[in-house]
Amino acid sequence: MTSLFAEVTSAPSNDVPVRRVSLRINGESRTVDVEPRLLLAHLIRQGFKLTGTHTGCDTTNCGACTVLFDGSPVKSCTMLAVQADGHEVITVEGLAAPNELHAVQEGFKEEHGLQCGFCTPGMMLSATALLDENPDPTEDEIRWALSGNLCRCTGYQNIVKAVLWAAEKLRAQAPPNDADSAEGEAS
Amino acid sequence: MYPSRFSYEAPTSIDEAVELLRLGAGEAKVLAGGQSLLPMMKLRFASPGTLIDINNIPDLAYHRADADGTYRIGALCRHAHLEKANGLAEIQPTIAAAAPLVADPIVRTRGTFVGSVCHADPQGDWASVMIALGGSVVAQGPDGSRSIPVSDFVSGPFQTVLGFDELAIEAVVPAPVGDRAGGYLKLERRVGDFATAGVAVSIERSGSSVARAGIGLTGVGSSTIDASDAAASLVGGNLTDDEIARAAELAASASRPRSDHRGSADYKRHIVATFVTRLLSNLQLTNQEAA
Repeated sequence: MTSLFAEVTSAPSNDVPVRRVSLRINGESRTVDVEPRLLLAHLIRQGFKLTGTHTGCDTTNCGACTVLFDGSPVKSCTMLAVQADGHEVITVEGLAAPNELHAVQEGFKEEHGLQCGFCTPGMMLSATALLDENPDPTEDEIRWALSGNLCRCTGYQNIVKAVLWAAEKLRAQAPPNDADSAEGEAS
Repeated sequence: MYPSRFSYEAPTSIDEAVELLRLGAGEAKVLAGGQSLLPMMKLRFASPGTLIDINNIPDLAYHRADADGTYRIGALCRHAHLEKANGLAEIQPTIAAAAPLVADPIVRTRGTFVGSVCHADPQGDWASVMIALGGSVVAQGPDGSRSIPVSDFVSGPFQTVLGFDELAIEAVVPAPVGDRAGGYLKLERRVGDFATAGVAVSIERSGSSVARAGIGLTGVGSSTIDASDAAASLVGGNLTDDEIARAAELAASASRPRSDHRGSADYKRHIVATFVTRLLSNLQLTNQEAA
């Protein structure tokens, strides 16, 4: 066991007790004991083995580790796992049921919205949050919403196309005035 | 990367948080949005013994205007709350202009206005905005609260006059003495990068005459700069082209930039003058408006 999760959870120093954290992750309730300094990204990756969340820069710049925290995108390398107590986290694994694709995932596939794929989970979660709030974004609004997610392959053009594709599909699926359409797609 | 060990407290009231700060005896830090503090802890620039997470204290996420026009921003108001607030540009144009330019969209969902002012990064946008607006920070300590003007609050790079046992609970912008107008401009190489230079401007007018002015400068000194001479030069005038040119010159000479990979000191001074000119020119009234 070389994981950071094990290191910081199994051998806390005597004066720093572990904290019990209960959260919902991808719809599932989990309770874990963590040392306070454990980062949310590490709990997700090493603790829950959900390795779709990538840690890129580890310095709050790149957005690869973006997850949805109570529906809003956050950089999971810049939150403590203890702060998730009582909250809901969605990672890329939780966007759609196994063997199914969320419209945003499908959009990335259809429009070739990825090259190396490292930034993709963060991009897709930022895009999902955007479309929940704004089902019919302009290209400028998409670029603005994704400006905290960096793609070192610089494949932004197709990423924007992918989000436009997803927006159109979600709108086509949504009954008029149904604000929960994006969530319906994920279930 | 992960931070040094610390003990974690999650108080549910302001009094409890202040008591924890007192017990921390200078080794405790307040965690609000954490978008600057946690990276600094991961890089081991900061190693607090205790982290006091105030996110579980209710009723601190507000931003609102009192009946008299005083505007209050609670300690858990996130940048995104301000960015997405309807109608903010009418009552707080400088805040509304700066909100979308703070960091990047993901950081803005988490980072807080008050936390940014308390972090006192010379590159921070909100301290400049608060200086332009003549705002203050309300600090709660064991013996009560006090109000500190932001121009006194920031005492140096990453330094404030907050006592170790004081919690900043609110930022306050005083009611305008006339019609408020203003803006914020920032030059950054890419979204989320530190500012090459930024300028916050706020003016309050009665009729066409400037009754109050404030200019704050971001990223062009070892702390946020109050370009008070430039602002004072505008008071009593009508924002003529000559007055704007003089204010731009005074603001540029108040800046203390250093040459670095973002640009030379001369270049940054030039940006300050250009931004002051641009912002104030946008606020010039047309003849019809002035009449």
